[in-house]
Amino acid sequence: MDHIPIIRMGNCLIVSVQVDMHDRLALALQEDLTNRVAAEGAAGVLIDISSLDVVDSFIGRILGNLSSLARLLGAETVVVGMRPAVAITLVELGVGLDGLHTALNVEKGMALLALLARQGEGLVGDHTT
Amino acid sequence: MATIQPESLGITSSEDVVHVRQATRSMAVALGFGLVEQTKLITAASELARNALTHGGGGSVTLEPIQGPGRVGLRLTFEDRGPGIPDVAEAMRDGFTTGNGLGLGLGGSRRLVNEFALETSLGQGTKVTVAMWR
Repeated sequence: MDHIPIIRMGNCLIVSVQVDMHDRLALALQEDLTNRVAAEGAAGVLIDISSLDVVDSFIGRILGNLSSLARLLGAETVVVGMRPAVAITLVELGVGLDGLHTALNVEKGMALLALLARQGEGLVGDHTT
Repeated sequence: MATIQPESLGITSSEDVVHVRQATRSMAVALGFGLVEQTKLITAASELARNALTHGGGGSVTLEPIQGPGRVGLRLTFEDRGPGIPDVAEAMRDGFTTGNGLGLGLGGSRRLVNEFALETSLGQGTKVTVAMWR
């Protein structure tokens, strides 16, 4: 498999990482997702990593990059489904992923994206009044 | 418990880094490691395999079960024939990177395992040995 599939739901893009990604595959996802956010004007990106039993510093960096890139293009990113053992390992490794929005599962992640989108709209309103 | 045989793998592509993770997982599961220890060891293996690939120009890893008094463990030995590390203390420091990573490979993986040893000589290569006890 050369690409991780990206599906669209409303104004959000959803990625469910189901395979142990090698580095080039993760970089391809970063590029694909960035292009899709720009091309489709997505407001939110949800990345489900519940199938991943390992997230090392490289994949961690990709997740952080994705969030930064999406934000520059006007979309918020929420990473959902991180396993507890993965969280423990990442913190010990020194990858805190500060500034990354996370949620326990897809449902909570979609709710968070909706909230972030409303806050975004509220911000626009404040500036115009 | 059936005897678990040592295993060696080459590290010459980013797919091989995935293979190293998978082989480490299989052996850690077979040795009865808990989920958190497994995850830490696999993550350390991934960091060190990528180091061997990125900085050492490729290399190999040997995975072997080890026995101590009343305990079992898993030892991973990564070897490359790359340029070696000029300043080990500097390379172990968080945030140190000559590549495109976060610079957490060496220092970070040391925190994830019970034992960590690094031998390097300029122009000869680098050998990193880590062990995790159950």
